[in-house]
Amino acid sequence: MIRFEDVVKRFGDHVVLDGLNFTVAPGEFVTLIGPSGSGKTTILRLLMTLEQVSSGTIHVGDECLSHVRRGEKLVPADEKHQRQVRKRIGMVFQQFNLFPNMKVLQNLTEAPIRALGLSRAEAEERAHELLELVGLSDKVNAHPTQLSGGQQQRVAIARALAMRPDVLLLDEVTSALDPELVAGVLALLKDIANTTDITFLCVTHEMGFARDVSDRVMMFDNGHVLEDAPPDKLFSEPDHQRTRDFLSAVLERG
Amino acid sequence: MNDEFWQWDYFWEVFPTVVGDGLLITLQATVYGSIIAYVLGLVFALLRRSPIRVVSTVTWAIIEFIRSTPLLVQIFFLFFVFPDFGIRFDALTTGVIALGLHYATYAAEVYRAGIEAVPVGQWEAATALSLPRARTWRAVILPQAIPRVLPALGNYTISMLKETPLLLVIGVTDIAGAAFQQGSAAFRYVEPITIAGILFLVLSYSASLLVRWLERRVGTVH
Amino acid sequence: MFDNLPLFVSTVAEGLLLTVEATVGGILIATVLSFVFGLAMLSRSRTVRVLARIYVEIWRGTSEVVQLLWIYFVLPVLVGYRVVPLVAGIVVLGLNFGAYGAEIVRGAVRSVAKEQYEGAIALSLSPAQRMRRVILPQALVEMVPPFNNLFIQLLKGSALLTIIFVHEMTYQAREVLIDRHIDQAWLIWTIVLLFYLALSILITIGMRALERWAGKLVGRKPSKTTSFVSMVLRSRTHRPTEVSP
Repeated sequence: MIRFEDVVKRFGDHVVLDGLNFTVAPGEFVTLIGPSGSGKTTILRLLMTLEQVSSGTIHVGDECLSHVRRGEKLVPADEKHQRQVRKRIGMVFQQFNLFPNMKVLQNLTEAPIRALGLSRAEAEERAHELLELVGLSDKVNAHPTQLSGGQQQRVAIARALAMRPDVLLLDEVTSALDPELVAGVLALLKDIANTTDITFLCVTHEMGFARDVSDRVMMFDNGHVLEDAPPDKLFSEPDHQRTRDFLSAVLERG
Repeated sequence: MNDEFWQWDYFWEVFPTVVGDGLLITLQATVYGSIIAYVLGLVFALLRRSPIRVVSTVTWAIIEFIRSTPLLVQIFFLFFVFPDFGIRFDALTTGVIALGLHYATYAAEVYRAGIEAVPVGQWEAATALSLPRARTWRAVILPQAIPRVLPALGNYTISMLKETPLLLVIGVTDIAGAAFQQGSAAFRYVEPITIAGILFLVLSYSASLLVRWLERRVGTVH
Repeated sequence: MFDNLPLFVSTVAEGLLLTVEATVGGILIATVLSFVFGLAMLSRSRTVRVLARIYVEIWRGTSEVVQLLWIYFVLPVLVGYRVVPLVAGIVVLGLNFGAYGAEIVRGAVRSVAKEQYEGAIALSLSPAQRMRRVILPQALVEMVPPFNNLFIQLLKGSALLTIIFVHEMTYQAREVLIDRHIDQAWLIWTIVLLFYLALSILITIGMRALERWAGKLVGRKPSKTTSFVSMVLRSRTHRPTEVSP
């Protein structure tokens, strides 16, 4: 579903990703863990075209996200092409990023109407379904500012799902939440992962969640994949010392 | 010619013209000028952010040129140059256009600050949802940017109010123009100019109270 | 079409000296008044604060043109002396922009004072020492960019002196040139605008230098700007990595 080939990403002189290669199969749930600055979030941002690759290619499904073929050559893709491919990818952010000037319902219907071309009736129907799925049907006419952090994030998840994405990117989606709200959001995500065949790429510090839901976990360090294994293997018998150190430091925090 | 410093009958004689007709013209100039400035300013701000290098640079150059040179000279410029192009506006219209153009450059700066104050996460969310660019502007960014800058725009309207007297140099009889005219006609300036001064003080002070109320309701971006 | 260009330029330039005099004089007076009244508004004495506030509101709240007319036409009647137009103009510019400047000084000192106040108290400095050695130096750096804008506005304000018959640049263009060369009005006014633009760039260059000097006092780098020079010299990378439109 997702394929990174020799991706390099530079910010000025700083090389964040250095020849990254990995794939994600359709329907897989892959979690990225590792210290800050190791490049995990950059991978998500590249997929969401919030950043551009310095070199290398990214494929989503059978289309190339980062480049288009012009005759013999591969040239960097223009905005229109990227927007086309990107429609299959959704993202949930650490800071929720709900639109504060719209009610919850409009937050959910805006993109399906404007980007997918649904009618208002269809979009609203889909919105109601999703709100029920995340357990917030009664908040349909509320303003984002009236909701708690956990509720806002659930609306954000619903908003992303409204686009019926093939791929869902989760960028530390519980890091900004009060501890008592985290469990609710994680349970929701686990539910969605198990009941749909959406491909998930998740960056998180919640190791318990990662272990519970992922098909694979990738440990990152300094822009490289250090280890790539199913959670049982990686969490109990990591191959690398660095992974071991990282896990023990994180798990100690509880 | 009277030696007294202040003559009340003369005061009441000039009062209606200065306060009546003059005030009307001052308000017209301020309101129309502000409308032009607010709309054109937004256009400038958006053009300034154009990804097409030529557009954004030319816009920047125009904004800087107008902002850094005196409004008075720009008024003269338009007043004398319009006829060459066959444009025959009356003095007030020319003045309003000059005011609007000049203050649009200030407004552009205000809008820019407001737009940049919108959290970058909003842009990212719109991208993640594949919202078309125009729609992102209309439905997400501008509704968040504009309310916050209204107090700053309001302050510029107050400044414009106080600069409308510049129009007297092309014969517009706003408060100051009327006062000057009356004064020249009777060779007595004290009363009309004092009326004008107090009137501006009252107008701008009440307007600033209004803006401060607006600030409290909406928050500010400088 | 451009035969008259030298004549136009030299005629306008004849007003240059008076423009510069008015601007410099205005800047000097305005700067002094800004500090006097800006600091007065932060005084512990309520009377002083209120009096300073009255000055600021009156001179900010009335129109510059009206102020000029008043000083030129009304004051002589009050005082009994004719006023030299240039002097009247400089005084108005100074008083008017001193009021705006007072707000700048007050704002800058207040924003620094909040952070530094406690540190200075802990070191047992007297209030005057606090102000002089700790607060003012830091406030100075903050003040320079808004004063830059203010001084450019003052320069633009000097054009208004034409209304009270000061023979500065605008007066020269209007009274001397326009009547005789009205068909070339666009060229004449463009020349005038370019003169003002050049002067405002000079002011900005001067203020940047001042900002760097003030910054050295406290070890700070100058603020980012979109000044003409830096715009031209800075190359903009054009493939945006952020999501700006």
